[in-house]
Amino acid sequence: MIKIAIVGFGTVGQGFAELLIRKRKEIEKAVGKFKITAIADSKSSISGEFSPSDALKMKRETGRLRDDVSATEIVRNAEYDVLIEASVTKIGGGDGVEYIRQALKRGKHVITSNKGPIVADFDGLMKLAEKNGVKLMYEATVGGAMPVIKLARKYLALCEIESVKGIFNGTCNYILSRMEEEKLPYEQVLKEAQELGYAEADPTYDVEGIDAAMKLVIIANTIGVRARYEDVEVTGITQITPEAFQVAAEKGYTIRLIAEVSKEKLRVSPRLVPKYHPLSIRGTMNAAMFKTDTAGNIFVVGRGAGKEETASAILSDFYEIYAGSR
Amino acid sequence: MSEVLITLIVELEDRPGQLLKVLQPISALGGNIVGIIHQRGKKTPLNRLPVEISFKIDGSKVENLIKELKSLGIVIRSFNEVRLTATTSVLLIGHLIHTDISDTISSIDSDGEAECVEMHVSMPEISGPSTAIITISASGEEKLKEALEKLREVCRRKEIMIIEPVNEELI
Repeated sequence: MIKIAIVGFGTVGQGFAELLIRKRKEIEKAVGKFKITAIADSKSSISGEFSPSDALKMKRETGRLRDDVSATEIVRNAEYDVLIEASVTKIGGGDGVEYIRQALKRGKHVITSNKGPIVADFDGLMKLAEKNGVKLMYEATVGGAMPVIKLARKYLALCEIESVKGIFNGTCNYILSRMEEEKLPYEQVLKEAQELGYAEADPTYDVEGIDAAMKLVIIANTIGVRARYEDVEVTGITQITPEAFQVAAEKGYTIRLIAEVSKEKLRVSPRLVPKYHPLSIRGTMNAAMFKTDTAGNIFVVGRGAGKEETASAILSDFYEIYAGSR
Repeated sequence: MSEVLITLIVELEDRPGQLLKVLQPISALGGNIVGIIHQRGKKTPLNRLPVEISFKIDGSKVENLIKELKSLGIVIRSFNEVRLTATTSVLLIGHLIHTDISDTISSIDSDGEAECVEMHVSMPEISGPSTAIITISASGEEKLKEALEKLREVCRRKEIMIIEPVNEELI
């Protein structure tokens, strides 16, 4: 029986719980019996004997869970084999760092969708996991449903990955492709994106390239380029004029926010992308191109965000831990 | 070694062996033929045949090659300026005019090995930011990189945003 604890019960945590309920049969066929033994959000929790469906219902209706036991206590004391750490990303790491450390120290596997801790202490956390003989998985931190981390770590394991170039922020990609199509100024498209729920009320984190830069740091460390957030040269999309797309088009280009890592540099910046190039994708999609020595260029594209997409990435890590070597 | 692309048009007598006379010195100096076009429809009044030969060669050997061809009695009709072999486009956004765009552009070309060969500026409002796409050509990849680095510096100083292409090598 695999015992699962979930910390962070917002969109992602709830999405994962729903997926576990909905796909129970398929999942158990692949990894064996499992059980959710504890769930915690920032101010409440539930553990012991409970029905995950009831917990979801209570959270939706009342905004909280049954007990007052804190997330920290759950992580330290609850009975589980794998911790799903789905709390909100904070630059600098946030509470997630401690949750992950505590779980690893107890010899529990951790699957996280939270970029903060992985960016803040990639090496430290990985070493801690190794020391305790458990796994720390983080597919959901980058590119939503798109397989990026396991692609690099597993399937391209013996390739030399010379560079990764990608689009890792759907909000920016949406804004840029709309500016291109409608010849509208940035401010107007941003407003549209906010109304559609593709951009936050304070869009800084996305449009200034911060989100993409954090994901880039995670990818860099995954492919063996030791990097911290401060190492990324970051330029956002706020200064791009509508005319930029017209003059770029004369030379067969469009403009996309591209995150790029190689041994020489890490940068997130708007770039000219040839219209025929696979990175010239539209809308909220994400994409990544791996340049390798032996496998040539490998390209993946998919939805970079969303409740179910992110949950599916967590589930793929779960599968990897319990059935990946089969 | 900086490689250049040369386009040479020679006038040859229309009899066997003439083309070889031109190709041998090119080959001897390490030139790599890219293309040969016989302009049969354009025979000269002296019944000579213009032939266009394109080849890549070490830039430092061009002068010797031309001397050699002339000494062999080959009629050189035209020989283009050393053609720039590496090209890229970049987009600039900012107060391009107020910050002296010609100074920005000329920063690229300090040693004559790189130049701006094309530019298109869009300036919707006098007071607002303008946008330009410029095409830079250089005598080789290294020189192109240097030119871009110079341009980056100038743009940093003038607070101009520079949008560079993703490398175009593909699948």
